[in-house]
Amino acid sequence: MVYIVGLLAVIFLALAALVVSRMAAVVRGVNGPEEENSYTGYSNKINGAMFLVFLVLGTIAATWSFLHSTQYFLPEAASPHGRRTDSLFWICMAIVTAAFLITNAVLFIFSYMYQAKKGYKAAYYPENHKLELIWTVIPAIVMAIMVFTGWRAWRDIMSEAPANAQEVEIVGKQFNWIVRYPGVDDNKLGNFNYKLIDNNNDTGIDFSDEKAFDDFTSTTELHIPVGKPIALKIRARDVLHSVFIPHLRVKMDAVPGMPTRFWFVADKTTEQMKNELNNQDFTYEIACTEICGRGHFSMRIRLIVEDEESWKKWCAEQKPLLTSFPEYASRIPANLKAKAAKYLPADAAAPSDSTTASTEQGGVSASVSLR
Amino acid sequence: MATVETNLATTAHIAEHEHHEPQSFIRTYVFSEDHKTIAKQYLITGIVWAIIGISMSVIFRLQLGFPDMNLSFLKPILGTWINESNKLDPNFYLALVTMHGTIMVFFVLTAGLSGTFSNFLIPLQVGARDMASGFLNMLSYWFFFLAGLLMFVSLFIETGPAAGGWVIYPPLSALPQAHIGSELGMTLWLSSMALFIVSQLLGGINYITTVINLRTRGMSFSKLPLTIWAFFLTAVLGLISFPVLLSAALLLIFDRSFGTSFYLSEIYINGEALPNVGGSPILFQHLFWFLGHPEVYIVMLPALGITSEIIATNARKPIFGYRAMIASMMGIAFLAFIVWAHHMFVTGMNPFLGSIFMFLTLIIAVPSAVKAFNYITTLWRGNIRFTPAMLFSIGLVSFFISGGVTGLILGNSALDIQLHDTYFVVAHFHLVMGASSAFGLLAGVYHWFPKMFGRMMNDKLGYVHFWMTFIGIYCVFFPMHYTGIAGFPRRYYAFTSYDYTKNIFADMNSFISIAAIFAFGSQFLFLYNFVYSMFWGKKATQNPWKSNTLEWTAPIEPGHGNWPGEIPAVYRWPYDYSKPGAKDDFIPQNVPYSQTPESNLPHENELIGLEKEIEAQNLNDQFKQPH
Repeated sequence: MVYIVGLLAVIFLALAALVVSRMAAVVRGVNGPEEENSYTGYSNKINGAMFLVFLVLGTIAATWSFLHSTQYFLPEAASPHGRRTDSLFWICMAIVTAAFLITNAVLFIFSYMYQAKKGYKAAYYPENHKLELIWTVIPAIVMAIMVFTGWRAWRDIMSEAPANAQEVEIVGKQFNWIVRYPGVDDNKLGNFNYKLIDNNNDTGIDFSDEKAFDDFTSTTELHIPVGKPIALKIRARDVLHSVFIPHLRVKMDAVPGMPTRFWFVADKTTEQMKNELNNQDFTYEIACTEICGRGHFSMRIRLIVEDEESWKKWCAEQKPLLTSFPEYASRIPANLKAKAAKYLPADAAAPSDSTTASTEQGGVSASVSLR
Repeated sequence: MATVETNLATTAHIAEHEHHEPQSFIRTYVFSEDHKTIAKQYLITGIVWAIIGISMSVIFRLQLGFPDMNLSFLKPILGTWINESNKLDPNFYLALVTMHGTIMVFFVLTAGLSGTFSNFLIPLQVGARDMASGFLNMLSYWFFFLAGLLMFVSLFIETGPAAGGWVIYPPLSALPQAHIGSELGMTLWLSSMALFIVSQLLGGINYITTVINLRTRGMSFSKLPLTIWAFFLTAVLGLISFPVLLSAALLLIFDRSFGTSFYLSEIYINGEALPNVGGSPILFQHLFWFLGHPEVYIVMLPALGITSEIIATNARKPIFGYRAMIASMMGIAFLAFIVWAHHMFVTGMNPFLGSIFMFLTLIIAVPSAVKAFNYITTLWRGNIRFTPAMLFSIGLVSFFISGGVTGLILGNSALDIQLHDTYFVVAHFHLVMGASSAFGLLAGVYHWFPKMFGRMMNDKLGYVHFWMTFIGIYCVFFPMHYTGIAGFPRRYYAFTSYDYTKNIFADMNSFISIAAIFAFGSQFLFLYNFVYSMFWGKKATQNPWKSNTLEWTAPIEPGHGNWPGEIPAVYRWPYDYSKPGAKDDFIPQNVPYSQTPESNLPHENELIGLEKEIEAQNLNDQFKQPH
């Protein structure tokens, strides 16, 4: 990288020197009226030549910087769909880079070749239908192929998640992510309602739904099993966020009031990635890519991909939210109390009439401004 | 019929009477109804906004390129936005990117570009005394001025300007409690945009009416310069799409101030569950991008029109494929309305819709490609004079290609998943619409400066300005593709929170920032050249570029009414450059075929018979004298 910066600095300096020397020459010589009007003089030649110089140096700089940066490109993909879009990306990139280089080269070379010459007259060449047809049809065909392959990938990536997919929920808020797991007993996410959100129940789990009893949440890590389809349910609590898992090629906005989803397979565990990348500090990360306010740039949550057994073991160790905060037992309808009992400490199983969370919040919102 | 003529005669008489009394300073330079003055007002306002807008980008580039830099030297300007540790405040960083986007897209590249050149060139190139309604035209500028004033004021209020990104997606922009920039700053932003839209509509109606109704004798649509075609289609685009933005903004104002729930649903923020349910933030995005995408072409088409004119003039060749150019502009203008959702592939929109919009998006690449090829072919076997305007036009084509090709990748929804909202997008749109249109604006200023101010700009300074800017811009935006491919998200205050961005590309970001400062600095060459030449530049001749279009038949500094006598009639297309057999390498549009028997093509000889007919037309020049 330092070399690139150095190289480009040298180019800048060279150009600046060239230009300054030219300026000096100009200031000395009076702007001859014929040069001014016919543009066949020295300045025109320099400008023409500069296009060639720019083409050559620019191509070198572009190639060099590309080769230097390539180690960081598209961080190692750890999902099958990611590898598919990666190869698609590089194929498309090759096509457009070729188009980019060729058309720019022709543009600059023509500029150089056909600079004004005394006594020369340009060709009168207003149209050529055949030529126009050719360069309408060829790009159209190339683009159609690119689009078609892209569309097939898109269709597969966006298809419904397989029936055996493991559901996990991720909820965005200012400024962190909260993940909710369906729990080890029923492995089903319970209902939620944004009006039930409070400091402890930060995803708004609705405990009148029995599926919610064993749900548990975390704000520090998302654990998922390797090689198994994961159906990520995505929500936002306050403003738009966007789930971005760079290594898994996953991105989907989190929209308040409109749950979204993205399913994928992570086929390399964190440990495997550590070894593969020779980086013992490696960890998968989830970022936010939709502007959401002051802390937008630091909504990090770690993602841990592990084999299914240790994942199950880890899940079993987690405490359901109901167990951590037994006061929510008051929200459980009477006919389900018995089913919830196993998640509650013996003394809390009885109906409690403690202050409801919503009145607490009222006080909070009136006095605190989180800006 | 007789009454009509009498009326006209009376009006003419009154007009002539007024002519004797010199107009007051205020009516001539401030509240002027003359399209040329209004154009200059737009241009100068646009330049001022460009300086403000680009300075903002330099400030946030300092933060991104040199995150450890002590920014206390900015305290005199930014005050408490530089925090105790002498760093940019993260809230203000977001405000800066938001205002940079808003200012550059709307105030510089929409108003500054279209406002200047549509106003200046439409009457002069179609052969009209002035715009269809000088008064509406004046209103258009002053609405723009007011919009700018409100936006400017918002920079100085305590809570700061709007900060939700230039796309102002709700709920962030709708909830004052979500971000400091969504308080008064956002209200001012929305009010300013509402006024701006009014200004655009007044301007647009005028442009369209003038092009349709006030063309001079013989100026059929098939003889219009491509600039006029571009301005015309741009105005149509604006007229259809800006009202949609206005409605989107109005609904947002309702949500903010009157408790409606168009865009809000199920929100829990700052310890409080809001009562709003049933709205959809995605609705706003659809409405916004229904303007937002055509807006790209509103910014781009005038620049392409200007380029067509300048490349043909300075390559001394007819523009290649005149009709194909018009057809592709029409294609772009139509397709611009049905590709908007490609900005929304990963918003949770139905993936089937994503597929449809992907196909439509890739179709719009075809006419764009045709335009690029046509420019290149116009250069082929030309006799190119590198005027500063020509250099900027060639630079524009280069940017248009370089930024355009990556559009093929982003328009592909499967690839967009990874690249959406990363620096790859930033690189793409800055090249294809930002830098390209800015180059169109600069090319236009260099080219028509003699017509605007009667003096020439200094060529040599123009060359230096071009090369520094051209190289600078490539150095800024080319490396951004790299960071984008590495997954760097945009609108990030710092890249230190994530392992995957923490330790890489720091020097690349520094390099980009240095290049940005370099490119910004070189604009002062232009500024100097512009102001100096306005007063002390070399006196221009009537047709300094030996161009064919009508504006160069007007006096060096056209007065009110543009032509002192009759408006010239038009007999031929605007691109008769280097015609075989002709004495000169250009034949202006007002030269009849009967005077150029030596160069006429067979079918053109047949048109000689129509000349009498054209001269007999007197549709739009009722007053043989300018009023």
